[in-house]
Amino acid sequence: MNVKNFMELRIPSKSQNEAFARVATAAFASQLDPTIEELADIKTAVSEAVTNSIIHGYEDCEGIIIIKCRMDEHGVEIEVRDEGKGIEDVEQARQPLYTSKPELERSGMGFTVMETFMDEVEVHSEKGKGTVVIMRKKFASLAKGQGVSGNEG
Amino acid sequence: MDLTAKVTGNILICRVKGELDHHTAEEFRDFVDRGLENNPVKHLILDLTHLSFMDSSGIGVLIGRFKKVNLRGGKVAVVNENKQVSRVFEVSGIYDIIKSYSSISKAVNDL
Repeated sequence: MNVKNFMELRIPSKSQNEAFARVATAAFASQLDPTIEELADIKTAVSEAVTNSIIHGYEDCEGIIIIKCRMDEHGVEIEVRDEGKGIEDVEQARQPLYTSKPELERSGMGFTVMETFMDEVEVHSEKGKGTVVIMRKKFASLAKGQGVSGNEG
Repeated sequence: MDLTAKVTGNILICRVKGELDHHTAEEFRDFVDRGLENNPVKHLILDLTHLSFMDSSGIGVLIGRFKKVNLRGGKVAVVNENKQVSRVFEVSGIYDIIKSYSSISKAVNDL
């Protein structure tokens, strides 16, 4: 990845930071002139990843969530990292409708939403150490040629 | 999040303004459940015209309300959801159980 710009956010795992995290990430990504729909996709995917860290990673205790966003000539790569309890079985967690917390009315659709709204989703997790979700999305406006060159023709 | 409710016949109509995520899901759930418990209603219509954002936390809480309304033999309808919300609905398959309408009057007539 030929990183042209990046940002990093550190937030405590409070639910009121979910909206801030998704809006801040979308605001950063908007430099690349994505469509309104692409921005909405990023907001939704970030919201899912951050919510997972809060509910599952840190459960009832508070920890730090780190959100990194890198951009290149094609689009963005977003990393959401926690140092929470980790996921024992990532494959199972990624299954649609699977939730470890049905009593909280969780839909079990978080990873499915991330996978649908982003081009690529990687999940790395280690029990007791934490979880990292890396999501990539290319923007249609950057698909032609080699990116933001300015003048056309 | 800004929530208002009114009762029309045996239908509870809730207007939802703001964003529905994990942070606001509990407020939404408590508000709708109070409306369902305190009024002799069968059906639930959610006016989503001013819901600007929803993620899968919203799906969980909507399915929970669907189960409650379904138990009393009623239906849940949504009205005028935006494109982002609609995409989350599609991915989760919620349109199989909750029908969408372009206006409250259309939803009322169909329930």
